[in-house]
Amino acid sequence: MSIELFRIDDRLIHGQVVVGWGQPLGIDFIVLVDDEVRGSDWEQELYRMGVPPQVQVEFASVAEAVARLPEWQTSPRRGIVLTGDVAGMLHLAGGADGAVHKVNIGGIHYREGRRERLRYVYLSDEEALNLRALADAGAEVSAQDVPTGTRVPLADLLR
Amino acid sequence: MSERLTGIILAHSQVAAAFVAAVGAIAGNEHGLVPVSNEGCDRDAITRNLDAAIAGRPALVFADMPGGSCAFSAAAYTREHPAVAAVTGVNLAMLVDFVFHRDLPAAEAAERAVATGRASVRAVGPSK
Repeated sequence: MSIELFRIDDRLIHGQVVVGWGQPLGIDFIVLVDDEVRGSDWEQELYRMGVPPQVQVEFASVAEAVARLPEWQTSPRRGIVLTGDVAGMLHLAGGADGAVHKVNIGGIHYREGRRERLRYVYLSDEEALNLRALADAGAEVSAQDVPTGTRVPLADLLR
Repeated sequence: MSERLTGIILAHSQVAAAFVAAVGAIAGNEHGLVPVSNEGCDRDAITRNLDAAIAGRPALVFADMPGGSCAFSAAAYTREHPAVAAVTGVNLAMLVDFVFHRDLPAAEAAERAVATGRASVRAVGPSK
């Protein structure tokens, strides 16, 4: 498999993704799945700025990502697929016919209506339900901000 | 006379507060620097905290890692605020120099900070 990590992270491309996970996993490409960023040239330019030149960055809408996932999965290169929220990952998984089998929750920070589950994970009731739906569809869902951090399974996160 | 620049240090964890304390120890407490952490924040919250710290003043934002969430928020902020400029790779040398050059326009102060910061990164040992 050439997608090494499916990650939900509301900071999108940042240090934990590029360095924290990207280095130990030997990543060749990062796919940022976000409808808003897909339509914004200047945001794409800013996100590219922080990624080493040997790592390719692709920007995709959720619909585009569903269509291109098989291509990324069969690539000889190693990649990370990133969404900024739970709904984005749920939509991607829903169209991917079981290809999203493992989901890493890397950072969902405080907003009104969310409850703290971990220092870096706050969830609304709807987001908790959507994560359960991801798990019910067969994905192994857990929270882990960096590779050296403790992996927290979804069942413990929602307890 | 136009308003002097405020310096905003925008960084991970407690880095910004530590920089402010270090600058105060070197250059005194009239440094014009404000620390902002990204701790516990998504991108929108970082931007809100940055906006509150700037408070409508002309400012230079010193972000930490290029490509990090702080740098992204700082760069995005400058697009809609012409009196604000931003640099990444904050270090102590550029901050101490900034304290004594707060009368510059933000863009010039940013160029100066980059030059000063770069010049301060040197290998100092072992001696050959």
